[in-house]
Amino acid sequence: MSINNLTIHETKEALKEGKFSTEELVDSYIDHIEKIDPKVDAFLLKCLDRAKDQAKKIDSEKQNDTCSLSGIPYALKDNICTKGIKTTAASKMLYNFIPPYNADVYERLNSMNSIMLGKVNMDEFAMGSSTENSAFKVTKNPWDLSTVPGGSSGGSAVAVASDMAAFALGTDTGGSIRQPASLCGVVGLKPTYGLVSRFGLIAFASSLDQIGTFAKDVEDTAIILNAIAGHDPKDSTSLDLPKKDYTDQLKNGTKELTIGILKNYKAEGVQEEVQTAMDDAIAAYKSMGAKVVEVDFRYFKQALAAYYIIACAEASSNLARYDGVRYGFRAKDYTDYIDMYYKTRSEGFGSEVKRRIMLGTYALSSGYYDAYYKKAMQVRTVIINEYKKIFDQCDVLLTPTSATTAFKIGEKMNDPLQMYMSDTFTVPINIAGIPAISIPAELDHKGLPIGLQIVGPVLGEEKILQAAWALEKHFDFRKNQPNL
Amino acid sequence: MEYEVVVGMEIHAELLTKTKIFCSCPTKFGDPENTHTCPICLGMPGVLPVLNKSVVKYAVRAGLALNCKIANFSKMDRKNYFYPDLPKAYQTSQYDRPLCLGGTVNINVNGKTKPIGITRIHIEEDAGKLLHESSDGTLVDVNRCGVPLIEIVSEPDIRGPEEARIFAEKVRNTLEYTGVSDCKMEEGSIRFDVNVSVREKGSKELGTRTEMKNLNSFRALERAIKYESKRQIIELKKGHSIVQETRKWDDVKGISSAMRSKEDAQDYRYFPEPDLVPIVISDDEIKKAKDQLPEMPEAKKERYMAEYNLPEYDANLITSTKETARFFESTVNLCNHPKQVANWLMVDIPAHLKEKDLTMDTIPFSPEDLAELINLIQDGTISGKIAKSVMEKMFDEEGSPKEIVEKHNWAQMQDTGELKSIIEKIVQDNPKSVSDIAAGNKKAYGFLTGQVMKATKGKANPQLANKIIREVVSKKIDE
Repeated sequence: MSINNLTIHETKEALKEGKFSTEELVDSYIDHIEKIDPKVDAFLLKCLDRAKDQAKKIDSEKQNDTCSLSGIPYALKDNICTKGIKTTAASKMLYNFIPPYNADVYERLNSMNSIMLGKVNMDEFAMGSSTENSAFKVTKNPWDLSTVPGGSSGGSAVAVASDMAAFALGTDTGGSIRQPASLCGVVGLKPTYGLVSRFGLIAFASSLDQIGTFAKDVEDTAIILNAIAGHDPKDSTSLDLPKKDYTDQLKNGTKELTIGILKNYKAEGVQEEVQTAMDDAIAAYKSMGAKVVEVDFRYFKQALAAYYIIACAEASSNLARYDGVRYGFRAKDYTDYIDMYYKTRSEGFGSEVKRRIMLGTYALSSGYYDAYYKKAMQVRTVIINEYKKIFDQCDVLLTPTSATTAFKIGEKMNDPLQMYMSDTFTVPINIAGIPAISIPAELDHKGLPIGLQIVGPVLGEEKILQAAWALEKHFDFRKNQPNL
Repeated sequence: MEYEVVVGMEIHAELLTKTKIFCSCPTKFGDPENTHTCPICLGMPGVLPVLNKSVVKYAVRAGLALNCKIANFSKMDRKNYFYPDLPKAYQTSQYDRPLCLGGTVNINVNGKTKPIGITRIHIEEDAGKLLHESSDGTLVDVNRCGVPLIEIVSEPDIRGPEEARIFAEKVRNTLEYTGVSDCKMEEGSIRFDVNVSVREKGSKELGTRTEMKNLNSFRALERAIKYESKRQIIELKKGHSIVQETRKWDDVKGISSAMRSKEDAQDYRYFPEPDLVPIVISDDEIKKAKDQLPEMPEAKKERYMAEYNLPEYDANLITSTKETARFFESTVNLCNHPKQVANWLMVDIPAHLKEKDLTMDTIPFSPEDLAELINLIQDGTISGKIAKSVMEKMFDEEGSPKEIVEKHNWAQMQDTGELKSIIEKIVQDNPKSVSDIAAGNKKAYGFLTGQVMKATKGKANPQLANKIIREVVSKKIDE
């Protein structure tokens, strides 16, 4: 096993025992990135010299044992702002944008001396489920280079899955962390809305966006969450709660837990091997002493419809600021400011972004607002209540993350509806603002990872981590490694 | 046929908060372009707004002063439109749940009180400014982006240009009084939009309205409504109908012209601002804000009439601006002659201010100085006439009234002996006056007093001079 295959907690242990230095650790990652990234195309920008300097400094100042993430190399999704470092949201619109400020999460990781290796690929403005909507490159799934890594945080998932980073941060608006985590065989957590500050996250849909984690195991996930969760006065929607240690209850087992299973989940076009993985998981929970109950969620269809209305409506407004006036891309040869807007936005945005801006603009238009946006917000309330009912009956809910394993590059690009359907199990979670984690279970017959999702009530992170840790022990998925 | 002019108004006023509504940039006016900016008010990717609490505080105060109900729950919304002076391409404003609802403003028209309804007051952010420069094309100044505004919307209760002006003045005074806005017209910190329509007198239906935006003086407001209502009446008399549209008021030419029709009106696609949480205000907080409200002009006027015995006319004038009222009260606290203090503040002081292009804010002397001047008159040190000259020197900043009187040797002659010898000489020199008085013509006293004042260059105390003249003359007659 190589250095860069270790988890965070294994790496910290090894650093503490002096098995290698931070510099050696970072060098190992750099070598690996240089070898592997040309195959998978995860990175949009590598900050390797900077990472090396930082590692040397940490070694010389002996800072690597001061806290849980010091010296740990990671990758950042390119919609998270980094002061002085290009942040593009994988859009031509921001191809040259260098923020003069840091995202709150990046600030927190900096203060812990974590080492940022680079910015990773994504669907443009986080709109997509395959990372094929990036304006710059197509990222490949390390388990099969002809398939997509999922999206929109495909780069983050691939960086962790192919050992190019010990962990990564991504963002999840409708499944953009959990679905790529599932397709790439890593652990992905979307926290409760408001638990992690959105300051410095380039907005897609403000009321749904949440920053979360990609990690090699559940324990690492808890460690990273400890670092990035917390109140931020710069984000009005950030929750002001006492600090928690998410590793505390991690290994408590599942004897006390009631696991909910959806009666009707198979109806959502779930691949047979995914169903088998679900059955395995249910059996495992029962054998570990957990109580398993059937619960009902009736609104997959409505949730998906409401999601695409709310997300697109907010996006149409959030992305209106990219007008070529102050920063980023501006079209050449325009006659007046209106013409400058038209040309800049026509040339600067990709087709999926334009599709969603148009959908959202339409949904908010006078005469349509009540039928679309208002109705979608009412559906949102119904879904929130539905989950409240579910969590009256169980502690956590177990579902597939994605109905299928990774699909081929190009397969769904001309069928946006098919692409939108790949978010069926993840989207309702964002609508309700609740936390969910995806953990890898097994490989299908093509050797592609199957992920399962564990959902909790608002601020139920401890419970889902606890349930996920136990299931992870059962599946022991890390015995499988992609062959690169 | 007789027509009635119906006006509804929207008044935008910038709030006097130190910092902007969603970031900590200063709101100061007049600094070099783009010096009060940050990633938040520049609308950069990924930044978030945080609502400035003082904005809510100031807006609540304005709402209470205009007799509105303060909403326990209100929220911010986005008003979406593209324009280069609007960095986010949406203005964060309030749509269906404004902060203040249903107020009234009592205005005084021809001696009668008339209530004008306030529909709502909401908070929002100002936009930037475009600078059209011939050499560099059009440039944007973002300093004003995010300066907090309140928009006060009136009911269509206003009838005609004069009422509109009186209403606007009343609102401005109220905002100034409560310290909510400095209402500096020349800096654009208060702007008026008007909706004008006309209808047959007695009709209950409203006519089709036109809108004129961003009128920035009372004069422009009054003239624009006068012109536009006349135009509409002429159109109607010709048998034409009025087109609902936005019209541009050209203050130089004194005409309005069509700008945008209703069909071209923008669809702002309002929706709740997801980056901010709702504004929740408890009844307790509203009560506290009410208790902290300063005394309003009307209440102050009543009090001045009762407490200081001022005539209504005086009380009205003195309370018309906060600064004058403050100056009045400070002065009266130092010298207990309210009517005289009021006289100075109504006549001489405004005349000097106007001449020197000053305001009550920039007046070069203090209430202590005015009190001292009045006391000098009261104790007979100077005459009322001399006092006017002292006031002039006070505006020239020559020092305190006492110093000025001393410097110019303007104190009245208090030395009875010296005055008596001057009077004896004048009586001696004017035997005709003495014989006139002896014959019963009392008017001759006036002539003698005049002579005395002339000889003493006005410094003789008139009462004292009169007394001595009478003594000297009657002695003369007795001789």
